[in-house]
Amino acid sequence: MPEADQKVNSDMIPQVDAARDALNEHTLRTVHWHFHDDTGSPFWLEKKRELNFDPLTDIKSFDDLKKFPLFEDEWLRGGPIQRWVPQGHAGKPVYVFETGGTTGVPKSRMVIEDHWKDYELFSSTLPETYFPTGSNWLMLGPSGPRRLRLAVEHLAQHRGGICFCIDLDPRWVVKLIKKGWMEHLEEYKKHCIDQAVTILTAGHDVKCMFATPKLLEALCEALEEKGTSISEVGITGIFSGGTEFTPQWTRFCVEELFGGAPQESGIYMTPTYGNTLMGLACSKPIRAEDGYKISYYAPQPRAATEVVQFDDYDQVVGYGETGRVKLYTLTDEFFVPGFMERDEGEREAPFDLYPWDGVSGVRPFHQLASATTVGVY
Amino acid sequence: MITLSPLRWGKPYDSLDFKEVVHFDTGQPIAKVGTVGSGIVGRDMRQAQKARDALLQLTPHDLIARCQKAANLFEQGDLKVGDSTQSVDDFVHQQSASTGLPEHMCRSNMAKNSFVLKNIGHILECLTRGLDLSILSKGYGEEGRGVTVSYQVQTPVLGAILPNNSPGVHTLWLPAVPLQIGLVLKPGSQEPWTPYRMISAFIEAGIPAEAFSLYPGDHDVGGAIMAKSKRSMIFGSAHTVDQHAGNPRVQAHGPGFSKILIGDDVVDDWESHLDMMVESVLSNSGRSCINCSGIWASRHTEAIAKAIAERIGPIDVRPPSDPQAELAAFTVAAMATGTDAMVKQDLAENGVIDMTAEYGEKLIEREYCAYLRPMVVHADSPDRQVATKEYMFPFVSVIKCPQSEMLGRIGSTLVGTLLSRDESLIKAAGNSTDIDRLNVGPIPTNRLNWLQPHEGNLIDFLFRSRAYQIAEF
Repeated sequence: MPEADQKVNSDMIPQVDAARDALNEHTLRTVHWHFHDDTGSPFWLEKKRELNFDPLTDIKSFDDLKKFPLFEDEWLRGGPIQRWVPQGHAGKPVYVFETGGTTGVPKSRMVIEDHWKDYELFSSTLPETYFPTGSNWLMLGPSGPRRLRLAVEHLAQHRGGICFCIDLDPRWVVKLIKKGWMEHLEEYKKHCIDQAVTILTAGHDVKCMFATPKLLEALCEALEEKGTSISEVGITGIFSGGTEFTPQWTRFCVEELFGGAPQESGIYMTPTYGNTLMGLACSKPIRAEDGYKISYYAPQPRAATEVVQFDDYDQVVGYGETGRVKLYTLTDEFFVPGFMERDEGEREAPFDLYPWDGVSGVRPFHQLASATTVGVY
Repeated sequence: MITLSPLRWGKPYDSLDFKEVVHFDTGQPIAKVGTVGSGIVGRDMRQAQKARDALLQLTPHDLIARCQKAANLFEQGDLKVGDSTQSVDDFVHQQSASTGLPEHMCRSNMAKNSFVLKNIGHILECLTRGLDLSILSKGYGEEGRGVTVSYQVQTPVLGAILPNNSPGVHTLWLPAVPLQIGLVLKPGSQEPWTPYRMISAFIEAGIPAEAFSLYPGDHDVGGAIMAKSKRSMIFGSAHTVDQHAGNPRVQAHGPGFSKILIGDDVVDDWESHLDMMVESVLSNSGRSCINCSGIWASRHTEAIAKAIAERIGPIDVRPPSDPQAELAAFTVAAMATGTDAMVKQDLAENGVIDMTAEYGEKLIEREYCAYLRPMVVHADSPDRQVATKEYMFPFVSVIKCPQSEMLGRIGSTLVGTLLSRDESLIKAAGNSTDIDRLNVGPIPTNRLNWLQPHEGNLIDFLFRSRAYQIAEF
């Protein structure tokens, strides 16, 4: 048994093997779709000519994806965006979602229905007690060219509710921070929070919400200043996300803003980790007994993450060891055979809910951290 | 390894996030500092009034007596700091190891902080211009002229975003305690030592623990302190100072651009003041805002620069424990290389000469840190870019400038030492809005008189004079 497998609970091995088989089969199907002349995208069909192997015959498993060169995010900057649309989806309405863009050309990803599917899968992980079907939602975060607003709105609708949305433009926030206009930053945050408070206190029966950590914190504070609380306005389920979602922040939120664990406060919060490329990774349920440790699991087989060595991106680290996050997107809309995320973390073992590798302690990759403006939401 | 936890109104908080403080020369961890996020600061600040209320339980007189006790504990005692008991020697080693300051400079900064606390009664008497402190405590009172005077406190707590490597500046927030104003501090990431030890001394001396919060953390923590505190001070660059200019809630402390101005009546006798000039440039490894960064005179400037260069140019790096060590390390080596590049740019301008060129390489790079050896440059005119520069190592520009133009050209000057007996020049310097602290006569720029305000009077910052009328009914 390789060292990396030593921490997998032996009871879990059949489930882990089954998940791996599913991933291998899905990988094969996805590669054939993206590299077949009838269904593939102009980008990948052109890229195929540069490869020293034939994806249609030489990719037989997920591990074979390492034959591809790393996916470069620069490929996503600039157009034409149509080169990413698979021929197999020609004629369908296409969305474009962007990331970055504070300086220079943002990265663009075309999407047809992936954002809906990601959130439908995520929906099935939400506990009904705290995220009751039919309840209304509040989306407090960036919309603009990002997919978040549409995805959360779809989540609400998928669960039979209606979504209220408050926009926050992270590109403007980054500019305010870089200019040192902190008073403007505070005012902008207040402007967003004021709108959220208005919606939550206007009798719309909102029970669930998405909020970025910073905005959730500011919202709780604003509600308390008005003599109420997130619980009193009726919120029972919250999901949030990002590298700012640390164990310490979660503990602060649960213990001090919410007033205790879900069974005491009536509020359940789950973090997510995701991006425009990958979709949405779910979190292992967070517990005070585990020191509020946060572990994310990608929505396999549509996407997969690995924690790889800093000096060899083809080698995963051992369980519990630190490495850089590498992600794979394997949908019929988009194919990413290994993209080095701007994050690092620790490799986590499979567990019953998600019998594949996860990642915990996600934080900006230490070699890039100084160049990143974090916490903009 | 010592672990320092955040303090939330005196109560240690078991943080889940830690930052390591490392030894500047070896990179070895020497402390683990628990951090908080801005949310905790915001939440705690709702209770800020309780900090002041706790201090109001004691009279200013009691607090002064306890500050004096704290001064002795800080300077001489074994104190509980974080999860360890810290001796004076531990403190000095730890501070030197993380800031790069030679140990004897750490001891000297420690003495400076302790001195201020020991003499806090006199200092407050001076800062308040002799006001009975019970008037500040009560909010109003009788000053002795049959008139009710009133001072309205502007905040229950003073916030402070403390610097990484200048332990001497902690003297600025210490007087808040006997003024019955709580403290909310964000310690510098490399110099948590002074605030932690000082707060420990305060508490040990019987000052209520709930008056103090210490929040190590990232920039957002500093932002939260400044956003939530009605009065705060911050230490940073010229950019930081500009950013907060005109904001009555913030007292921003940045570079000092302190200078020595030599009048035409004295300049022929410059050699008798050489020691004073050298001390002003060199003390505390040139790191303080009160170090002299410019010497201005109308003649003999090359000779002055050469003489200072002869004294400080040969100074080399010595181990931090060496009592003769004069240079502090740049714990972030890139700051030294960046500074070196900027100085080279200054030197490229015509009319600017490096008077220390013959004393060897200036940039000394080590594995984890770097040093810059002292530099003296001569500029033949105040038009040269270097005339407005200040760097964080012993660096001085000697500027040739006619006396008649001097006060109009010096720009912002935290401490100005004027060497002149010329009454008209002294009067003009006194009227200059560019000079904050004016020393008339041979007083080194780094020598503080603690009975004088430094960079604005803390009393004016924390209290507001106002009308208060009482009628019997």
